[in-house]
Amino acid sequence: MKFQALNTPDKRLSPLVTAKPSCGCSVAESLSAREAAPPFVTGYIRAKTGDMPVVSTILSSRDKWETVKARMSTFRMSFSVKPGLYAVGAPDENSDVFVTANYKMSFDAVRSSLNGLNAWIMVLDTKGINVWCAAGKGTFGTGELLNRISRTKLAENVLHRKIILPQLGAPGVNSGEVRRKSGFSVMYGPVRAEDLRKYVENGHKCDAEMRRVRFDIIDRLILTPIEIRQIFAKFHYFALVVLVVFGLTPDGIIFRDSIMKGYFFLAAGLLAVFAGAFFTPVFLPFIPFRAFALKGWVAGIVLFGGVLYFTGTFVSCNIFLIISAMILFPLLSSYIALQFTGASTYTSLSGVKKELKIAFPVYISGAVLSFIFLIFYKISDWGML
Amino acid sequence: MTYLKNITTLQVFPDKCTGCGRCMEVCPHAVFKLEDKKVTITDKDRCMECGACEKNCDFGAISVKAGVGCATAVINGMIRGTEPDCGCDGTSGACC
Repeated sequence: MKFQALNTPDKRLSPLVTAKPSCGCSVAESLSAREAAPPFVTGYIRAKTGDMPVVSTILSSRDKWETVKARMSTFRMSFSVKPGLYAVGAPDENSDVFVTANYKMSFDAVRSSLNGLNAWIMVLDTKGINVWCAAGKGTFGTGELLNRISRTKLAENVLHRKIILPQLGAPGVNSGEVRRKSGFSVMYGPVRAEDLRKYVENGHKCDAEMRRVRFDIIDRLILTPIEIRQIFAKFHYFALVVLVVFGLTPDGIIFRDSIMKGYFFLAAGLLAVFAGAFFTPVFLPFIPFRAFALKGWVAGIVLFGGVLYFTGTFVSCNIFLIISAMILFPLLSSYIALQFTGASTYTSLSGVKKELKIAFPVYISGAVLSFIFLIFYKISDWGML
Repeated sequence: MTYLKNITTLQVFPDKCTGCGRCMEVCPHAVFKLEDKKVTITDKDRCMECGACEKNCDFGAISVKAGVGCATAVINGMIRGTEPDCGCDGTSGACC
């Protein structure tokens, strides 16, 4: 049976337009359907239990610009769609059901890759977090999946008993429990939404490549703006300390000294951020060692040492200051690189714990040692040595 | 790319395995293969302890101490004395 397509939904029947789909109070809803519907909704379809929004499979320039913003800024923290059942094309009771997270970038990836197909998209409430991260913390999980199956009355809207989940949702979902409690058997689709069409054309089968998580240079590069941004959110603390320390003279804090003598440390700080949050992620497989802390330290010492060498700073600068900086900044770069474990796709909890166990004491003692040399520098700078 | 050697907590119990292949389906790093209809580990060091295999094994044939390999989360957990927490639920802006 084909479901009927509509331009304007009956508000009482549409789970998207009504504010509270299950409370029965939607008649009082004052917004018209057009006002309330997000821009990617192109119409509605009258399914068994309500009027479900039909979504566009072509991303608008607005969708694309929002994705760029989400990659660059805290905009991603509020980049979500409403959970529920959406239609792609003209689905019926036999159409596939694809499950995704309510992070809009995830939702956009799914709907755009289903272009030309008739299917359902079931969006889980993952608090606006992508599938893999949400699965890791359990919000893309068995409980929410069962809840959403029952709230969308999925069993009434489709005749079959299969739902297709993204493979990366598997860490949060106990497929056996889902089958026992809802009757729906879970099929794991490909890792990447872009392979969904191929998966359907293959007769709902993934080849080995579709099951593997990659971490190519583009994947890594695209993550660096957020990494850099998160470091810069704290950079002013570092800058303040540097300006105070370098401005400090026996006569009080001299602002001219802060700038003239502190610029070296500020520039070095920027270089450490670059080494840890950009250079290390981008050249990850080419930097020796497996531990991220070591990779970041290597990147830091090579870049920083190189810059000092080629600018002639090794000979022109105070020796204590050089030693202090050579200890501090590669370690800072190492610490920043270690943060990238969270964005990487292959680090394990046990591994990160081991890295931190070794690296943390090194960071603390390095910082103390660096500070001691900085004091030597200050004393010699004041002419007391 | 592989992470640290000999660190994963992943274990398989072939006597419980029915050879259904579900773990091979969910593993993002192709850690498993079937040998004589029983699961074996091909390369332990590729495991990232995501926990998908254990969670989706109906027969209890796999165990792993699952978690997210994120330094920020581990440090947050150390500071607050809790389990690793990446702070994604709050407004901190820092998330995996």
